[in-house]
Amino acid sequence: MSTMTIHLKIWRQKNANDPGHFEDYTLDEVSEHMSFLEMLDVLNENLIKEGKEEPVEFDYDCREGICGSCNLVINGRAHGPKHKTAVCQLHMRNYSDGDTIVIEPPRAAAFPVIKDLVVDRSAFDRIIEAGGYVSVKTGSAPEANLIPIAQDVSNESFDYATCIGCGACVAACPNSSAALFTGAKLAHLNLLPQGQPEIEKRTIAMVDQMEKEGFGDCSNHGECEAVCPVGISISAIAEMRKDYLKAVI
Amino acid sequence: MKLDSQEPSGPLEDKWNNHLQDIKLVSPNNKRKYNIIVVGTGLAGASAAASLAELGYKVKAFCIQDSGRRAHSISAQGGINAAKNYPNDGDSVWRLFYDTIKGGDYRSRESNVYRLAQNSNEIIDQAVAQGVPFAREYGGLLDNRSFGGAQVSRTFYARGQTGQQLLMGAYQAMMKEVHSGKIEYYPRHEMLDLVMIDGKARGIITRDLVKGDINKFEADAVVLCTGGYGNVFYLSTNAKNSNVTAAWRCHKRGAAFANPCYVQIHPTCIPVSGDYQSKLTLMSESLRNDGRVWVPRKKGDDRPPNEIPEDERYYYLEEKYPSFGNLVPRDVASRNAKLVTDDGMGVGETGKAVYLDFRDAIKRDGIETIRSKYGNLFDMYENIMDENPYEVPMKIFPAVHYTMGGLWVDYNLMSNVPGLFVAGEANFSDHGANRLGASALMQGLSDGYFIIPYTIGNYLADHQPGDLTTDHKAFTEAAKTSEDQLQKLLSIQGDKTIIEFHRELGKIMWDKVGISRSKEGLEEAIEQIRELREEFWTNVRVPGEMTYYNKYLEFALRVADYFELAELMAIDALDREESCGCHLRDEYQSEEGEAIRNDEDYSFVSAWEYQGINGKLKTKLHKENLEFEFVELKQRSYK
Repeated sequence: MSTMTIHLKIWRQKNANDPGHFEDYTLDEVSEHMSFLEMLDVLNENLIKEGKEEPVEFDYDCREGICGSCNLVINGRAHGPKHKTAVCQLHMRNYSDGDTIVIEPPRAAAFPVIKDLVVDRSAFDRIIEAGGYVSVKTGSAPEANLIPIAQDVSNESFDYATCIGCGACVAACPNSSAALFTGAKLAHLNLLPQGQPEIEKRTIAMVDQMEKEGFGDCSNHGECEAVCPVGISISAIAEMRKDYLKAVI
Repeated sequence: MKLDSQEPSGPLEDKWNNHLQDIKLVSPNNKRKYNIIVVGTGLAGASAAASLAELGYKVKAFCIQDSGRRAHSISAQGGINAAKNYPNDGDSVWRLFYDTIKGGDYRSRESNVYRLAQNSNEIIDQAVAQGVPFAREYGGLLDNRSFGGAQVSRTFYARGQTGQQLLMGAYQAMMKEVHSGKIEYYPRHEMLDLVMIDGKARGIITRDLVKGDINKFEADAVVLCTGGYGNVFYLSTNAKNSNVTAAWRCHKRGAAFANPCYVQIHPTCIPVSGDYQSKLTLMSESLRNDGRVWVPRKKGDDRPPNEIPEDERYYYLEEKYPSFGNLVPRDVASRNAKLVTDDGMGVGETGKAVYLDFRDAIKRDGIETIRSKYGNLFDMYENIMDENPYEVPMKIFPAVHYTMGGLWVDYNLMSNVPGLFVAGEANFSDHGANRLGASALMQGLSDGYFIIPYTIGNYLADHQPGDLTTDHKAFTEAAKTSEDQLQKLLSIQGDKTIIEFHRELGKIMWDKVGISRSKEGLEEAIEQIRELREEFWTNVRVPGEMTYYNKYLEFALRVADYFELAELMAIDALDREESCGCHLRDEYQSEEGEAIRNDEDYSFVSAWEYQGINGKLKTKLHKENLEFEFVELKQRSYK
C-alpha cells in the first residue's frame, strides 16, 4: 500500500464574527485508500494529541454520500475534483504525494460560518418550509395505485428528488444563488399529479423565500450543475422559471 | 418495575381495530393545550411530529443534525415492505406478519407485528400522496421487488434511495407544520436527559450544539425517535452521529432496555481496509436478487475471481439453502460468511470477504438492465474499492447495521415510564431477534404516522395539561447533572483520544459480542469493558470547551454512554443461553452452524432495569413472556 505526504491549507474561523484565516498543516503517511474525511480525522487526532490547537470542525454524518451534511470546498471546487461525488465519497487515491490541498467552507452570505468549515444552512430548511411539500394529512391518502404516473414522468421527478441539500450549488455559483436547490424541489413536486393543486402557491412561496434568505439570482453560469454530487440537471431552473412565470401572470 | 404489554385480546386481525375503538380521545379544542416533545426527526420522528401537529397538538421537534432532512433513515437503500399484493403472487397481511415473526425467530409480540403488517399498505398510500417517487411499471403503476426472508415480491422502492425519498416525504410533512406554527423546530440540539416529575416523563434537557448552552424544555409527553445503537461497535453502517445517548439517559431514568444483545449484522457491506477506517458502507440487500454469493472451494486460492472455474466456486448459500438461495435472511447470510472465512476460504487482502458476483445476471439480463436496477450502488462500490463490479465480482463482508433491541414499550409504544413513548429503531417492538430487509422503514413510519398519533391521546386523556414550568427543581437538577458531566469530561485531559477508546471498545464488541458469542468470550468482554471504561474516565482527552460548537465533546459524551450500554449488551447475551436470530451462542448451534432456539426457557423479552453503576453495571432482569396464540413455533428453515 502506498502512502503520501499531503500539505493542507485549511480555513480556521472561531465563529461568525471572527475574520478567519488559513492555517498550514502537513500529514505524512496518508493512505490512498483513505477517504478525504478520514484524512481529516487523522489530522484531528494528531491535533488533539499535540494539544496546541483545537481540531478542525467540519460537518458530516452518513459518510455515504446521501445525507448532504458534508460540503467542503476543495481547491476552489465544491466537493473536490471528482465529478458527481460528495466529499465523503472522495478518496485520497485522487491525490499524489506532495500535493497541497486548500480546504474552505462553502461561502455565501446566506450560509454564515459557525466554526471553521461548518456553516449554517438553515436557509434551505426555510425554503422547504415555505412550500416544499404536498399538503396531505396523515390518513387522508387515496389507494396508491389510483394515481398512475407514466414511468418517464416518475423517473424525471425522481431525478430532481435526489437532491441531498448539501449547498454545493450555492458555493459554486458566482451569485450564490440557490436556484438549483429550489428548482430541484419544485420540479420534483410540480412534475407529479400530486403536486398540481398547490403548484402556483408553492412556486411563488419558495422562490420568494429564496430571495428573502439573501441568495442571489441565477444568471445561467451552470457551475451548480457541474459540482452537484448527485447530478441534478440545470433544467430544474428552467422548470422553476416556467412554473413561476405561469404562476405570476 | 412492572411490565404490562397492554396487548388487546380477541382475534389477531381485530386487535388493533378493537383497541382503536376502546382507547380514549382528546377533543380538538383540548389538543392544543398539550405540549409534546419529539426527539429525533428520522422516519419515526418526522412522521410522528407531522401527524401530531396535524391533529392540533403543540409539538417541539429536536434533532442533532443541522436539518431534519439528514437523519440516518436517509441512508436506507433498498425498500419498504407492504402487503399490497400488486404482483398477484399470493401476498397478504397474514404472510407479511408471518414472514416477519419467523424472520425475527419468534422473539417478538404477535399483536405488534400483525399491526405492523396491517399498517403497511396505508404507509405506501400516504407516501405516494406526498409525492414520493417510487419505481413504476410502464403502465404507470407501482413496481415491486424481492427481499430476503420472503418468497413474494412486496418491496416498494425508489431506485437505491428509498430511505431518502421516504424521509423527504416525512420531513416535508414536518416542515409544512413548522410553517403552520404547530411545530417548533430545534435542529442541532442534542437531548442529554429526561426530566421526571411525580414518576412521569415531563421534559428534556438539551445542549444547543452551536452555542453550547444547556436548555430545559417541559412537555406533557415525550416521544423518543432517536434510532439505534449500532455505533457502540465503532465501525458500523450507521451515520457517524447516530448514538444511544438519549435512549440511554431515559434508561437511567427508569425506562427498561429490552433485548440489548439483538444486533443485526448485515451481510453485504464493503470490507474493512485499514485502521483509519471511520465507518462501513452497506451495499443494499436488493443486490442479492441478482448477485450470487461465493468463495473459492480451495482454501487460500489467490487466483483472480474470473479465472476460477465454475466447479471450483462454492456458492454456499445456494448449496445449503436451495429454496431461498441467496435470499436467506440477513442473520443466516452473515453467519455463513463468517463460517466460510473462518474456514480459510475468504478472499481479498485480509481474507475477510466473500464475492457477490453479477456475471450471470449480466449474461442473462444484459448490462443495461443491471445498471438501471443497481447503477448507483455499483458506482458507490467502484468509487470506494476502485474496482469495476460489472467486470469483477464485488467483495463484501458482514457489518453491524441495525439494532433490534431498544427501550421496552407496550402495545401503545409507551415505555414503562408514563408519558415516555418510543418509536422506530429506538424501541424494541417488532423485529424480534432479527429484522427482515425493507422492514425498518415500514416500522418507523407505522409507528410515527399510524400508531403514536392515536395511542398518545389515550395517555393524555388522563393527564391534565398543567402549569409546569422549567423552573421546577427537577429541571434545574437534571441540567446541572448534564453540565457537570460535560465539565468532568473536559477536565480529565488524559493521553488517549476519544476515537482511540471508541475503537478499542468496538473491537471488544465485534470480537466477543458480534456475529457469534460464547460464555467465555462474553465474560471476558464484560471484564474488558469495565477496565476500559475506568481508563476512559481517567485518561481521555477531550479538546476545546463546552461553550461553543465542539464535535469531539459530543462524541465524548456518546462514547461514555456506549461504555455503559456495552456492558449491558454483554450481560444480556450471556444471560440468553440459546441461539435465536442474530444472537448466535457457540454453545447452542447445530453441526451445520444453525441457531438452536430454546423456546421452553427463553421465549421472553429481556427487559433490564438500571440500578446504578459503580465499577460494575448494576442491572435487574424482568421478563415479558411471549405468548404465541396464532403462530406455531418452528425451527426456522430456509433450506
